[in-house]
Amino acid sequence: MNHELMDERLARKLCILADAAKYDASCASSGAPKRAADAQGLGSTAHGICHAYTPDGRCVSLLKILLTNYCLYDCAYCVNRRSSNVRRARFSVEEVVELTIAFYKRNYIEGLFLSSGIIRSPDHTMEQLIQVARTLRRDRGFRGYIHLKTIPDASPWLIEQAGLWADRLSINIELSTEASLRKLAPDKNSAAIDAAMSQIRDRISEAKAERRSFSPAGQSTQVIIGADEATDEAVLRRTGRLYDEFGLKRVYYSAFSPIPAASAQLPLKAPPLTRENRLYQADWLLRFYGFSVDEIMAGGADGMLDLEVDPKLAWALKNRHRFPVDVNRADREMLLRVPGLGKRAVDKIIQARRHRTLSLDDLARLTTGLKRGRPFLVAAGHRPTRLLDRLDLRQSLVEPARQLRLL
Amino acid sequence: MRRVVLNEGADLEGFRTAARRLVAEGVPPEETVWSSDGALPLFGLAPAAEPVSPLRLPRAAAEHIETVVRHRDSERFALLYQFVWRVLHGERRLLEVPSDPLVHRLERMARSVRRDIHKMHAFLRFRRDEEATDERFVAWFEPEHFILEAAAPFFVERFRALRWAILTPLGSAHWDGVALTFGPAADRSQAPGKDAWEDSWRGYYESVFNPARINARAMRAEMPKKYWRNLPEATAIPHLVRTARSRVTEMLEQEATMPAKRKPEAALDAMRAPAITSLKQLNKLLMASDPLVPGATQAVPGEGPEDAEIVFVGEQPGDQEDRQGRPFVGPAGQLFDRALAEAGLNREEVYVTNAVKHFKFEMRGKRRIHQKPTAGEVKHYRWWLEKELELIKPKLVVALGGTAVLAMTGKSIPIIRARGFARFPDGYDGYITVHPSYLLRLPDEAAKAAAYRQFVSDLEAIRTIAADHPRGRVRAPAAAE
Repeated sequence: MNHELMDERLARKLCILADAAKYDASCASSGAPKRAADAQGLGSTAHGICHAYTPDGRCVSLLKILLTNYCLYDCAYCVNRRSSNVRRARFSVEEVVELTIAFYKRNYIEGLFLSSGIIRSPDHTMEQLIQVARTLRRDRGFRGYIHLKTIPDASPWLIEQAGLWADRLSINIELSTEASLRKLAPDKNSAAIDAAMSQIRDRISEAKAERRSFSPAGQSTQVIIGADEATDEAVLRRTGRLYDEFGLKRVYYSAFSPIPAASAQLPLKAPPLTRENRLYQADWLLRFYGFSVDEIMAGGADGMLDLEVDPKLAWALKNRHRFPVDVNRADREMLLRVPGLGKRAVDKIIQARRHRTLSLDDLARLTTGLKRGRPFLVAAGHRPTRLLDRLDLRQSLVEPARQLRLL
Repeated sequence: MRRVVLNEGADLEGFRTAARRLVAEGVPPEETVWSSDGALPLFGLAPAAEPVSPLRLPRAAAEHIETVVRHRDSERFALLYQFVWRVLHGERRLLEVPSDPLVHRLERMARSVRRDIHKMHAFLRFRRDEEATDERFVAWFEPEHFILEAAAPFFVERFRALRWAILTPLGSAHWDGVALTFGPAADRSQAPGKDAWEDSWRGYYESVFNPARINARAMRAEMPKKYWRNLPEATAIPHLVRTARSRVTEMLEQEATMPAKRKPEAALDAMRAPAITSLKQLNKLLMASDPLVPGATQAVPGEGPEDAEIVFVGEQPGDQEDRQGRPFVGPAGQLFDRALAEAGLNREEVYVTNAVKHFKFEMRGKRRIHQKPTAGEVKHYRWWLEKELELIKPKLVVALGGTAVLAMTGKSIPIIRARGFARFPDGYDGYITVHPSYLLRLPDEAAKAAAYRQFVSDLEAIRTIAADHPRGRVRAPAAAE
């Protein structure tokens, strides 16, 4: 293949195999150790660069493609399942390497996120993925970001090998309950997924302790929202376990979205984007704001989050006795619970109040979420006693529904 | 009123000199007027008779100034001088008060500069210069602020081996593989008008868009329209937005796919069959693998018949083993062979392998000095040993030395205490004894001879136990640690 000429056949394959990979929400290129190109090599790592945004508002950071979309598995939600009539294509290892290098040199991408349909066997597929990463790193001196999808049914040995070359490994659990997995993804096996995730967790922590490199940017996963009957609570409980037990860096939520060539088993509907957004907010509360799943779920009803207000506001509305919070005195934990105040705003408040007594005007310069926060906080010259008792408080804080969905 | 005129752009030097002099002369901010049209040579103060001393600012404040001078706002110098004045007059920790209106404004300006740098790193697109004989790239970019000097080092770190130029209306940056230089402002026409890979990049961009999630507002928030004209993929946006709705409607209205006759039973059976059924297949996988710690020439697989009754597990290949690709062929291996023969065992009939499959060493002069594997490395290769034992189903597994004991038990146990018959947690019976290299290391000849005799008698014991011991696991494996 000519290194600098993209032929049409390759361009067509690229479209098919990018289309086939786009239902994976992850595109992050963060968490890798700081690297720069040496005299011969190519690439460096940086924090959170998104080279483009598509009209769905999602970032394009990595070249996210499948090695092939031929697949022996038959997962009902997946556009590439073996019973789907979608167009198929297959890259060679060398083609993926050349594409990555050519795109990288033009500053289109931060690196590669490579996944694949299962062809021949899980081991064979995984070996091909590793081969791409190894060629990029060892033969081409590539120091950009590499994220490899890990095939849980592949030999543990191959996971050991993948971690030597990749910045991040991920295994998508896709469905949060075992029953859903059995029904919609009969070829997958939740015990194998757990075993592979704990193997990766162990290797990462051993490598850290021994100052070696093994998947240094950690592992992540994805859960599809709305393809099965799982409640938000079930999803969040699973998420909590993934963070606690497997030390995951990120759990991605992906609203089940219409696909071409759908399965009769899973009728299509508009993707539940608001629900997806609320789950991300709840996930944030779990990781950075000291909330437990129980507390988050107390803000909703029947195991589902409130779609009209964000989960922190929902919790505050049901726990009005904990408010108002005095921004000039309260501790960090409680400030983090005030609706509208993010982590960065809280840090700034704590810094600023050492020097000044903060008024509402001061706060307006420290956060953009004051409108939501006002009824819940006390500042110099501001005390919302009445507001908190109002019955229509919730209604006054519900944002008018924005055009979030298409249908 | 003092009028200060600075050069156009991020004139940090000019601002620094002016501020030093004004502070030295005690001129308060309200008595200064700043401009940066560059029309006048420097600033409207008499030439300095003697150098003025630097301003003593907290480091964070100095860094903040370096960022804010890059902002396009013509008020930046006046605001920065106010800031400097207040810091030097009783408000040293002013920067720590983000709620202060001036600090807030400067912070917003700094953020805008940082964002512009970040967006330049993200949205700049190189095109290959087809007229250059070697591979050379050129980019045209229109930054909002005076950021070129601050943004360029990123591209050096990333594209050190390439040659490239970045052209902007505010200046240009050039990298020849060795040095980064800055040149005059440029024109769009000086950059290549196209690149052979742009069509496929646009095709990629179109393909990753999911029409069912359309949210053009979110896109514009992160990728404002002002950048679009220099982004080759942006020409696809109007069409993608326009057709999104109809594409989704079409998907929703389509009948569910009737699975084409795709029940590839043979392929599915092959996929589900165990991937590895022989030592040969297992070792092929190993030979294709990379060492956990770089350096080894090759992997060294185990050696011996697939139906061996006794498996000996050593530590890791040594210098000789690494060169030859075979286990136990160095000095320790030769001693091991001799002891086996004296104990009435035949090396051809036993299986010999290592807990770790690659040689790890440290260079000392020209010699490769063996380094003991870490616990993490032993775990990395642990799956391998398990597979070997599963395929061979030996009667006994003999752990030679501490590393092998660690591999078999998951624990570090002193050999002296554990020596003798052993029940390993994964269900195999076996034996623990020293590693033959231990015998080589003993300094005292008499001690060496005694240790050797003890080693041979261990091997004799192993032979006796193995004679009427059942094959394979004799217990269920203990639960994982």
